[in-house]
Amino acid sequence: MIETFAALAEPNRYRIVELLRSGPRSVNDIGERLQLNQPQVSKHLRVLKEAGLVDVEPRAQQRLYELRARPLQKLHDWLERYRRLWDERYQQLDELVRELEKAKKR
Amino acid sequence: MNETTMKLEGDRTIVIARAFDASARTLFEAVTNPELVARWWAPKSHGTIISCTADVRVGGIYRYAMRANSGQEVAFSGEYREVTPHSRLVFTSMFEGVPGEPAVVTVTLEERGGKTHMIHEEVYPSAAVRDMVIQSGMEKGMREAMDQLEVLVSQ
Repeated sequence: MIETFAALAEPNRYRIVELLRSGPRSVNDIGERLQLNQPQVSKHLRVLKEAGLVDVEPRAQQRLYELRARPLQKLHDWLERYRRLWDERYQQLDELVRELEKAKKR
Repeated sequence: MNETTMKLEGDRTIVIARAFDASARTLFEAVTNPELVARWWAPKSHGTIISCTADVRVGGIYRYAMRANSGQEVAFSGEYREVTPHSRLVFTSMFEGVPGEPAVVTVTLEERGGKTHMIHEEVYPSAAVRDMVIQSGMEKGMREAMDQLEVLVSQ
């Protein structure tokens, strides 16, 4: 999981992942859309691949990079768990402040 | 129902936002008065509060301790760096037992549209520490996560 976070912490890699959500793309395509040169894109894709976030799919003459859903789903689940912890805490705080407000109005 | 939203910013920050149907004054009191903090800080499904102390002034110390359902005692403590009544708090936050630098938390309260919007921003010393905190989520396996964290921060 740490690898997933680390891979996504770099802003351009995050942009690549966002772009790939719309479907598989080639290195050139990614570079053009994100205004990055090809070696940069290849370097980022290598990190993403090592983190298990993308896979390569040979198609016709090109190699297309596509997202692997699993690590992203795992990441989302983790974030959601932390969010829920705060949500529960805040629901309790919500009850308390409502009670305090009521007491003040009396 | 007011929704709690969370987002990651950069690689060291977590931002949690929530609106409350209360004045900034009431909310500020509820997040600073230790007797009131004791009533909401421990999420019921995770554990129960053991003790809550807070000396709310610049340089003052707070400490919140809870017993997790696993039986483990966990405590967060830190020092207030900025205290602006009813609008802003800055304090450090240490998960006790975890080595390394504390996180810096900024809480801002803003009254808007009959509600008070609270933004809680946590800035961790490194991406690795932040991600371990998210990962641990104070649930089972936290001990494991903390051991991993110890390895990470000592590297």
